[in-house]
Amino acid sequence: MSESKPATSPKKKTVKWGQAPKLSVLDALYLPAIASGLATAVRHAVSGKPTTRQYPEVEPEIPPNYRGVHRLNRDEAGRVKCVACYMCQTACPANCIEIIAAPAPKDDPHWKDRDKFPATFTIDELRCIYCGMCEEACPVDAIELTSVYDLTGMTRQEMIFDKEKLLSVFDETVKSGRDPVRTNRGKLGPASEVAPTGKDAPPPPGRGKSG
Amino acid sequence: MISRFIEYWPVLWPALAAIAVILAVVPFLGLYMTFIERKVAAYVQDRVGPNRVGPFGLFQAVADGIKIFLKEQLIPDHVYTALYFIAPSFSLITAMFALVVMPFGPVATDYKSGFRFMVAPGIDIGILMMLAISSLSAYGIIVGGWASNNKYSIYGAIRSCAQFISYEIPLGMSILGVIAITGSLNIEQIVKAQSGSLLDWNVFWQPVAMLVFFTSALAETNRLPFDLPECEQELVGGFHTEYSGIKFVLFFLAEYTHIVTVSFLTALLFLGGWHFPGLPDPSGASTLVLALGLLVLLAKVSLVVMVIILLRWALPRFRFDQLMGLAWKGLIPLALVNLVGVAIVLTLGLPKHLLIATAVLPILAAYYSAAKFNASLESDNTLRNGIQPQGAVSYE
Repeated sequence: MSESKPATSPKKKTVKWGQAPKLSVLDALYLPAIASGLATAVRHAVSGKPTTRQYPEVEPEIPPNYRGVHRLNRDEAGRVKCVACYMCQTACPANCIEIIAAPAPKDDPHWKDRDKFPATFTIDELRCIYCGMCEEACPVDAIELTSVYDLTGMTRQEMIFDKEKLLSVFDETVKSGRDPVRTNRGKLGPASEVAPTGKDAPPPPGRGKSG
Repeated sequence: MISRFIEYWPVLWPALAAIAVILAVVPFLGLYMTFIERKVAAYVQDRVGPNRVGPFGLFQAVADGIKIFLKEQLIPDHVYTALYFIAPSFSLITAMFALVVMPFGPVATDYKSGFRFMVAPGIDIGILMMLAISSLSAYGIIVGGWASNNKYSIYGAIRSCAQFISYEIPLGMSILGVIAITGSLNIEQIVKAQSGSLLDWNVFWQPVAMLVFFTSALAETNRLPFDLPECEQELVGGFHTEYSGIKFVLFFLAEYTHIVTVSFLTALLFLGGWHFPGLPDPSGASTLVLALGLLVLLAKVSLVVMVIILLRWALPRFRFDQLMGLAWKGLIPLALVNLVGVAIVLTLGLPKHLLIATAVLPILAAYYSAAKFNASLESDNTLRNGIQPQGAVSYE
């Protein structure tokens, strides 16, 4: 269409049609075409280069941004990174995440920098659509999708992953080096910090930079 | 009664043994033909094919067989039950019945006692009976389509019916030349006539007949590119849409038996059968020579089977009018003209190898059809004179 001249008058017809190529004797004989078809078939048959991947023996290389089974990350102290902020549960379009928060034990030095932690954290892996929005929503990089793709189970019940199971997915994937922690922050994000009060507190939202 | 049985035993047991061979080999062959076909298909498409069950996937056919035998015998509510059961068995019975007169190994023309590679040797109407019986297999398909009580099935059956009727004609006419020159309908005699040098094989003086025979035989077996009765895109499964389990397998076995029959016929009628330059005639020959002849025949048959399987992946399916056009406008005239050539040679007593000249017939036909097609292009252009074309779009 690009080579047709711009229509100077709107009434000018710009009809184009194809002209069927003329048949030669060899075309009408069919036999050369059949022979070339057979030759193509035989050439592929004897080429010995099948593209099939022998799956259970040879595993495919999964790209690092593949969205597979979830995991709950640990921080360097081995605690669950999650601060039970419900962001992932809110963001989840499939409603497959269920968190019950508990206040962090304040007198325990192990938990002194934390307000809350998840008492339970369950993900229904059958309900999940693996969209990765929980991963995006998480302010502390606690939930991540790994590249584990071969998730199977015999019952629906065993496909509902609780906190321990999700943490064990983290242990396995990190230990095998298959899925390093993808975020480079490594530490807890600002949502885990104790909210500043008084003069240090940031201005209330919605007022712009000038306050 | 028993005394008569014992009296006839020496002539009875070779026939019974041959029947046993056929009964044992056909289902096995059907299963393994599917395996070979799947493997070849896979390699042609750069895949690997079945390779999980046993070494090289060899037991895949057995696994398929077990699976399909254990399948539920599903009978849809809306079918005509009696016909529904008769159709697949009829298909297989006719397909296997045709094997009665087919030699599956070297058979001498002088019939001595003992095992022969044929159930009924020395039948003087052999090839005629073969054609008659194998065309009966259309009934299996038609009855199956009718009994299914389903639009798509009956469409498939009707197509199959039309296809069978059309392609019977070139199929029969193409071998008339061979029969006329050999002077016998007996398959062993036809093969014996090709026993001399390589040039005595019928294909070397009846190339057009072999072409026509092979094409129509492909159509008779409902194989691609002629598998209109069961083309999935238009007819779901065609005549076997409503069939599953063991009844489906009977249809399938019948189809593969047909392929084997057709391959044997091609090898016997045109490729010299069990003869190969240097091999002696089977009459009075040693067991070793018989085994060699059997090997030669099987090699030729496997070659034809391989071509049939590969053709499936080389050619697209015909449209129905093209299918009919090929039979009535292409193959039948070719076979007729070829027959006229044979008649001339026979009447004037010329050497039969002059008939190699019939090889120009397809080229003449192609020249004619190309000229006709190009003329139709011209007339299309004159029809368009109202609007001037602004350059041609190429068909690359």
